[in-house]
Order: sequence, then structure tokens, then C-alpha cells
Amino acid sequence: MADFETPEIKEYPVIPHIKLGVMSHSKPFLSKEEFQEPLGYPGELVDDWQEKAYAKMEELLGKYRSFRVYLDSCVKCGACTDKCHYYLGTEDANNMPVARQDLLRRVYRRKFTFAGKYFPKLVGAVDLTKEVLEEWYSYFHQCSQCRRCSVYCPYGIDTAEISMAAREIMDSIGMGQKYCNEIIGKVFKIGNNLGLPEPALADTLEGLEEEVEDDTGVPVKFPLDQKGADILLVTPSADFFAEPHVDGLIGYAKVFHQAGLSWTLSSHASEAANFGMFIGSYENMRRISVRIREAAEELGVKRIVFGECGHAWRVAYSFLNTLAGPFDFLDPNYPVPQHICEVTYDLIQRGVIKFDKSENDHMTLTYHDSCNVARASRMGDEPGGQFRIPREIIKACCNNFVDMPSDTIGEATFCCGGGGGLLTDDLMEIRVKGALPRMQALKHVVENHGVTHMAAICAICKSQFTKVIPYYGFTMDQIVSVHQLVSEAIILDGADTDDDGDSGDEE
Amino acid sequence: MSALSYIFAGAFVAATILLVFGLARKIVQYARTPAPLKIPTTPAPTTTSGVVVRMASEVVLFNSLFKSNKWIWIFGWMFHFSLLLAFFRHLRYIVPPESFLWPLVSMQIVQAAGKYAGLAMLIGLAGLFVRRIVVDRVRYISSPSDYLMLILIFSIAATGVLMSFYARDVDIVQLKAFALGLLYFDWQPLPESGLLITHLALVLILMVIFPISKLLHAPGVFFSPTRNQVDNPREKRHLAPWAAKLEEGNG
Repeated sequence: MADFETPEIKEYPVIPHIKLGVMSHSKPFLSKEEFQEPLGYPGELVDDWQEKAYAKMEELLGKYRSFRVYLDSCVKCGACTDKCHYYLGTEDANNMPVARQDLLRRVYRRKFTFAGKYFPKLVGAVDLTKEVLEEWYSYFHQCSQCRRCSVYCPYGIDTAEISMAAREIMDSIGMGQKYCNEIIGKVFKIGNNLGLPEPALADTLEGLEEEVEDDTGVPVKFPLDQKGADILLVTPSADFFAEPHVDGLIGYAKVFHQAGLSWTLSSHASEAANFGMFIGSYENMRRISVRIREAAEELGVKRIVFGECGHAWRVAYSFLNTLAGPFDFLDPNYPVPQHICEVTYDLIQRGVIKFDKSENDHMTLTYHDSCNVARASRMGDEPGGQFRIPREIIKACCNNFVDMPSDTIGEATFCCGGGGGLLTDDLMEIRVKGALPRMQALKHVVENHGVTHMAAICAICKSQFTKVIPYYGFTMDQIVSVHQLVSEAIILDGADTDDDGDSGDEE
Repeated sequence: MSALSYIFAGAFVAATILLVFGLARKIVQYARTPAPLKIPTTPAPTTTSGVVVRMASEVVLFNSLFKSNKWIWIFGWMFHFSLLLAFFRHLRYIVPPESFLWPLVSMQIVQAAGKYAGLAMLIGLAGLFVRRIVVDRVRYISSPSDYLMLILIFSIAATGVLMSFYARDVDIVQLKAFALGLLYFDWQPLPESGLLITHLALVLILMVIFPISKLLHAPGVFFSPTRNQVDNPREKRHLAPWAAKLEEGNG
């Protein structure tokens, strides 16, 4: 099925020796004019692309302190060299974070620094040639912007900032990536990444209502565009139909129902994801974010809650107030926005929702910290709440929980391998190989602690894992949503007892 | 006064100007460049005082590097801490005896620590150099300038150590007169010593390349948004001036 070899999971994690250029062939499909134009980018590589690229780089140097400071500050100490999951999985030297940054830093030095202008060989500075541009296109699409390297850098240099800038520069000269840009176009045109129009969405939600009522006997609602609802739920569109995402959506609905909270989805903002971040475009990221504000105003809600999605939560938690704020028209008693886990955790704390944990006894769970939730956001009031709260929820509704090794979770968590705009079939090789460190950690707890399932809190992680774990000998149903566990165990008032459901309640 | 003394005096003035203005230019540039988005690497402090603690732990203890790799940390920290101690020792050349700082600078412990720090610095730098050659990952990312930088600083430390421990014939009273003369623009002769002249010439090179090299990591770390930002985006709206302009047209 694939023209590459799945990396072997060794007995212990090893730091590989470098190999040169073994992943240089990995390139996503180029964007076309029809996908570039709605985002404000040229449809194909412009004639004077080199000059335009330099000009864009100069513009970004003036707009982003991170970009400027990080290009100057690296001392090549090597702290990050063994931290990237793509390096560990591919062994390609250019997948070491510093080497990836240097693809761009070399050009920056040549064009914008004294040493690079007059002593290019000494400091390794090069012009932006066609070959260099091809390397950019390849290797800046082998970064999932997960920020693991930035945790270990003595100056906090974040390769994500460099890869976002590189993608923005490439977009501006007409060398965009099809996957991200086509999807952003769909958000602008239809409202979500999947291109699911309002009638289809309404239909899907109706189907879910029937399914849940059949299953539990409780009329749990999935409201759409309901004016005057208290809560606007913004969730990744994968939650509407993909497995195991949709089981998470059912979980949110059951939580709202049992807590008696009034909520609604919006067809205008029927997508939490914001791929504008992946391509480093403030303008596109802002345009996508503003839809959420518009939906909140139009529906007259008091709160905004986000569903399970990693990068969406980064944009929501860290950027939404900046991009689409201020949200002073919402209820000031709640943070804007809130994560569904914050809502659920609070309800658990207050005893509003209760669980029958035995419903999840057939599983032993572990939990995958999503990179963007772990290293680029927070939940709750305390630093580190993003690690504690999802685990507390899982432990509240499951009896069997085991963490993976400590150097693979929390702030040290490994990316699933499919984040940052790489979740596309044309990048299957890098996705499979990039999953290696997480698969290694998963295998450890499966073999030593009897773990049967891994819970995830991000639509991309869930999609990526269900697709790549078969390569490593696991099965796709071993990936579950956090709110799927909530859904299984939550005690709904008026629900059928187990005897009525008999054996028909296992999915 | 010898021609060499004039050359060194002039070179020190020129190098100081390049260093100060070069660094000031970069610091102003960093400070003026907006950070349009909240990007602290989380978990991050939620208060400004928390950020001060985080930054201090990075600058003083190299906290992130410690998490990453104990070898780089031990060699790197040994080198930088020794550099600090050596700097304190060298203050004796520019602090006049009547200064309130003199009792501190002239303390036996400060002088002895600075002297032995020179040895620790050599060990740290040698460790970093060996690592750069031996570890294939680090070798791959190294440019000629990365090796030369280590050699330059190693040579400065080595000549310093030689003067302190072996060739103890440099007239340090005269050296202090030379140094203070630079400060007061009352130029005095430089003691004649091959080691001293090599030591100072290398220091001059270091001063000049500081603002145009990776040594910019020194001011850079303080401006790193992943380390210096407060984690409070929901509580406080963060907006860069250029981003605010985007809102004017199409709110």
C-alpha cells in the first residue's frame, strides 16, 4: 500500500544518526490558482519571485519580533537536534529543528546581515535559488509547528514561527500548499473545512438526535442556529461525522443536556479549525476568526465554547481575543472562549454530572497531550491546567488510566505526526514516520500496563492516529475522544437502564 | 608612548563605539518590532513577576537547556558562569581605588574566583568544541564561524590563564593606567607583553563581531516572545499597532 517503509519500533527510543536528503522528495501538492486567489495569493510562481520573496521576508522581519529575534539568536548548540518527531522518524538531517530553521536563516543572513553579505561561506549564507526554494517547500511542509523544539531551546526559538513565515513567503510568491489553501477557501465559501453546507449539517445533527434517543431513550438535542441560546459551541467539522470525533460531539451534547445548559451550533461558524495559522497568515487567520464573533453576535449567545481540537484551541485561547475581540458583549463571568473540557470539569467538580465508570471498564486508557493544547494554550486558572483537566475528566469517567512515559507527555509531548497542515494523503510518508515517537510510547504502555485505548483531544490527532496506527500494528478503534468516554459513562436522567439496552449498546 | 600603545588605544575606542552602537541598534530594533500574537511556550507564568522568574531561570540557570541535554548544559553553563567571574576579576582594571566598588572588586574571593574561572572556561569551551566535532548532528549544523567563535574565545581565555598562572610578568599597574586612560581620554602606554597584546587583540575582535554575529543571543533571549510573554490572552487583549490598522477598514 505504500512505497516507503514504516520505521521499526525499537526496544528503547534511540537518537538516530543523520542521513542526508532522504526526505527531500516529500512535497505536498502545489496549490492552484482557484485555491490561491480567494486567500489573496498569486495563482502560480510569479516571475520576479526571488525579489518578491526577499521583500516579503523584510516585511515579516518588521512585523514579527519572534521571526527577527529567532533568526539572529541561534548559536547552533544542538539542544533541539534530537527533539523533533520528524527527525526521529525520518533521520533526515534537515528535519532537525535548527537545520530546518537554517534553510531560511541562511537566506536571511545572505540578504540582511553584514556577515552574510560579505563573508557568506564563513557563516553558511546562501542566495534564494530555485533549489533552495524547493528545499523550503519540502522541509517547511515537514514541520507540524508543534513547538516541542521551543521547549528545549535556551532562547525559546520556536521553529513553528520560522515555518509559518516560510509558508507565508511561499504563498506570497504563488507557491502555496493545496491542502491548507483549498480548505481555507471552503471555510470562506461554505463555513467549514469539509464544505458541509447548512442543510447537510442540519440533517446530520437530526440524525445524531435520533441515534442518541434510540440509544439512551433521552431526547438529547443538537441545536443549530438557535437564537437566544446561552452557549455557542464551535467545534471542528470532523466532529460531525468522522470516527471517533462524532462520539466526542455526542459527549458534549450529553453534558449540556444533563447540566441543563442551553447551547447551539452555528452554520456560519461551523468550524473551529483555523488553517490560517498553519500558513502563517495573520490576515486569513483573522478573517476565519471573525466568523465566530459574527455568529456569536447574530445568535445573541452569552458564552463561546470550543470542542476538542488542538490547533483550534491554540487560535481560540491564545489569539481569538486578539483577532476578533474584544468580547465585551458576552457574559463576563466566563472566560472567552472556554474549552469544552473546562465546562465539563467544572460540572464534575460541582457534582452536576455524574458517571457510571464501569461503562468504560472494558478499556484501559492512556492520554495523548495534543501539541497545541500542551505547549501553546492553557485550560483553567493555573499553568499546566491543560495537562491536569483532561486527565481528571478521564479519571472521573474511567477506572483504568495509565500515563505514557513522562518524557513523551505534558510539555514534552510528541506530535501525532499530522498537525500543522500535513494531514493530507500526499504527505502520507512523513505522517507515518513522524508518528514513530508517539507509537513507541504507546507500545510501551500497551505492553507493560495493558493499555487498550488512547484518548485524544484534537480532531487532527484523531484523524491522523486512526489512519497511521495500523502501520504500527494497532487498530484504528483504539483511538477514542475524551468526550466519547464522557458520553459512555455519563448518567442521564431518564435514561433507559442497562437491562433495556441489553447487548445492543456497544456502538 | 609606543606606536603600538596608540594603535591599541585607538582600536579600543573604535571597538567600544562599534560594540555599543551596534548592540544598541539591535536592541532598539528588537524592542520596536511588534509581537502581534501571544506565543509563550506553555505552561507559562500568568503574571509579570512570574515571567521575571522564568526569564531569570533561563538566563542564570539555562533551565530549558538543562531539560534538553545535560552535556551541553554543563559545558555551556560552566563557560558562561566562568565568563561572569572572569569579568568581575577584570573590573579591577577599570575601577579606580577611590570608587565605592573597589572594596568589592578587590576582594580576595572575587580575584581568586576569576582566576580559576579561567580554567573552568577552557574546560567548558573545549567540551563544546569536542561536542561540535564528535556529535554528527551538531557537526552538520556547524558553520566555519561556529568553530572560529569557540577558538577565538578559547584563545582569549588561554592567554588570560597563561598570564595569571605562568607568565606573571605583566605590569598590571601599568595595564590599569592604560585602561583608566582609555576611560578618561588620557592615554597611557600599554605594558609590553606578547601575551597581553594577543589577549587584547582577540578581545577587540570579539567586541567588533559581537553585534553582527550569533552573540546576539545575549540580548535576544530577553526579547524572545516564547519566554517573555505573560500567559493571559483571555484576560487581556493583546493587539499590535499594525494589526489594529487591519481592523479599521473592515471591523
